[in-house]
Amino acid sequence: MSFPWAHEYTPSHPFMKWMDEKLPLPRLVYNSVGSGYPVPRNLNYFWNFGFLALACLGIQIVTGVILAMHYAANAGVAFDSVEHIMRDVNWGWMLRYAHANGASAFFVVIYIHIFRGFFYGSYKAPREMVWLLGVVIFLLMMATAFMGYVLPWGQMSFWGAKVITGLFSAIPLVGEPLQQWLLGGFAPDNASLNRFFSLHYLLPFVIVGVVVLHIWALHIPGSSNPTGVEVKSESDTVPFYPYYIAKDGWAMGLFAFLYCAMLFFFPNALGHPDNYVPANPMSTPAHIVPEWYFWPFYAILRAFTSDFFFIPAKLMGVLAMFSAILVWFFLPWLDRSPVRSGSYRPAFKKFFIILLIDVLILGYCGGAPAAEPYVMISQIAAIYYFAHFLIILPIVSSIERPDPLPFSITEAVLGSDEQAALAPAE
Amino acid sequence: MAEEAITDAPELATGDGVRRRDFINLAAVSAAGVAGVSLLVPLISQMAPSADVLAESSTEVDISAIQPGQAIKSIFRKQPVFIRNLTPKEIAEANAVPISSLRDPQTLAERTKEGKENWLITMGVCTHLGCVPLGAGEGEIKGEFGGYFCPCHGSAYDTAARIRKGPAPKNLEVPTYEFTSDTVVKIG
Ligand code: HEM
Ligand code: FES
Repeated sequence: MSFPWAHEYTPSHPFMKWMDEKLPLPRLVYNSVGSGYPVPRNLNYFWNFGFLALACLGIQIVTGVILAMHYAANAGVAFDSVEHIMRDVNWGWMLRYAHANGASAFFVVIYIHIFRGFFYGSYKAPREMVWLLGVVIFLLMMATAFMGYVLPWGQMSFWGAKVITGLFSAIPLVGEPLQQWLLGGFAPDNASLNRFFSLHYLLPFVIVGVVVLHIWALHIPGSSNPTGVEVKSESDTVPFYPYYIAKDGWAMGLFAFLYCAMLFFFPNALGHPDNYVPANPMSTPAHIVPEWYFWPFYAILRAFTSDFFFIPAKLMGVLAMFSAILVWFFLPWLDRSPVRSGSYRPAFKKFFIILLIDVLILGYCGGAPAAEPYVMISQIAAIYYFAHFLIILPIVSSIERPDPLPFSITEAVLGSDEQAALAPAE
Repeated sequence: MAEEAITDAPELATGDGVRRRDFINLAAVSAAGVAGVSLLVPLISQMAPSADVLAESSTEVDISAIQPGQAIKSIFRKQPVFIRNLTPKEIAEANAVPISSLRDPQTLAERTKEGKENWLITMGVCTHLGCVPLGAGEGEIKGEFGGYFCPCHGSAYDTAARIRKGPAPKNLEVPTYEFTSDTVVKIG
């Protein structure tokens, strides 16, 4: 599981020795986030976002459990109970803003974490399973956030629920019954709100479970690093504790500063005023948009305005939207370049930047009204998005000539590595 | 140990080659499998619309006050219904459209009751993803084709509430309804 030079756990206190024999939990901690876990010495700040994601999950669970003590999942009173939290419950306003902005912070962090993976080839062997589990976590997060947004039962909550469950009605034959089954009625109502609350409470704990698997799978080969060159010797690594615990703590401080700035000075900047209007099944707000973190995918959904061969536009949009994430599952096999890190891949690097811009454009269009020129721009950007994964990546990885890689992490950091002299010339 | 050796002895397994134990094993696992799968029935169907939701009351609406060119929104199964009194011009517009050019081909006559072609009664639920289209309320925009316009993703319906443009696949649904008198319709 770990490198041969990993420090061994040697409890000295009699109680810890006793504990180690009965339930070696301290040993597990020592070997996974303590001195017993050697980590590449050259990780840059992009490697802090996994820890920050964990912190966000913690924030959401703590604030969420507290909100659930004051919230009532009944269509008649849900909106009022959220206002009660905002006005009457001690510190309720802060806890609710912490939860709502915590969801946004979580997605900022997770998008950086994912794009770190795209650039540094973190999805490649031997870390495919880490990547696949990560995509599962992302899907669960999207489901959780969607259902959470329904809970305040404002106009955006209601119409978001209607439109998103409407996606399922695009499926031929079973679509309409499926939508009714999901909602427990013909339109979102009490039955829908109740089950969404139940699942919104459940899913974060399912995420915790998948996160454990994600980290377990990661700790088998250990972390990758910005050079993408695998660890060769002890001089390539430092122990997780104290080095990366300290660095993650510093990153946490910076994160907390930005998060608090958001929470205390712009708590509604990312929200939508329409969600302070109680749900009204009789009238759709003029401009319905999902939360910002769904925008790129929403733009892809709306990009299909006319039928595509035999597939109706509506179904096509839905398929494209889901495929935009599902394609990530195939990434380890679409990018065949043996070089992991984008830093040593001159052509890939350019396409990576274009993809980043493309996703930002999609995001912008997803938040804009469904009118020209945004529809046309989304169409072009959506085509490019899929072309990047399905055409550009496989071609680039087969024709590109990568830059020379350093011999080892140590050489990349210090300029030389005495091991290199001993190794046979390549 | 000794006993097991006897039951599992190869002599006893000969004959037709099936051991008693294999049969019991298969039967037990199959029964448990069927029982396990049948548990899914209540677990899944509890989520379907419950009896009170399905006991959809029908709605009676007085339409005497709706002037030609006007429409009202009513409620059926907790969803909006549009009741619209078409003007002769709107009827003519709907009838002038070649049926073959439509995404979901239907004539105005097929979508209304005989002798009451001016009463266009449809669900106010966009067939794309379910928003309430604009055009029934006073002063709302009616879109390019003079019927309804869905602001969510830009679907435009004509004066027979047929889909003409945008992502929606179907015409606005016509619910079952009947005229109980000249001025009252019963929806559902
Ligand atoms: C993956 C973690 C989570 C995410 C991404 C998330 C996301 C959200 C979002 C976006 C909202 C709507 C906020 C608003 O506009 O008011 C919300 C509301 C809510 N969430 Fe969560 N949540 C998470 C975990 C939890 C947990 C673990 C619980 C409870 C145990 C919880 C309980 C609630 C409650 C009661 C509300 C309604 C109150 C409100 O609207 O502020 N959440 N959640
Ligand atoms: S819901 Fe009407 S156009 Fe999408």
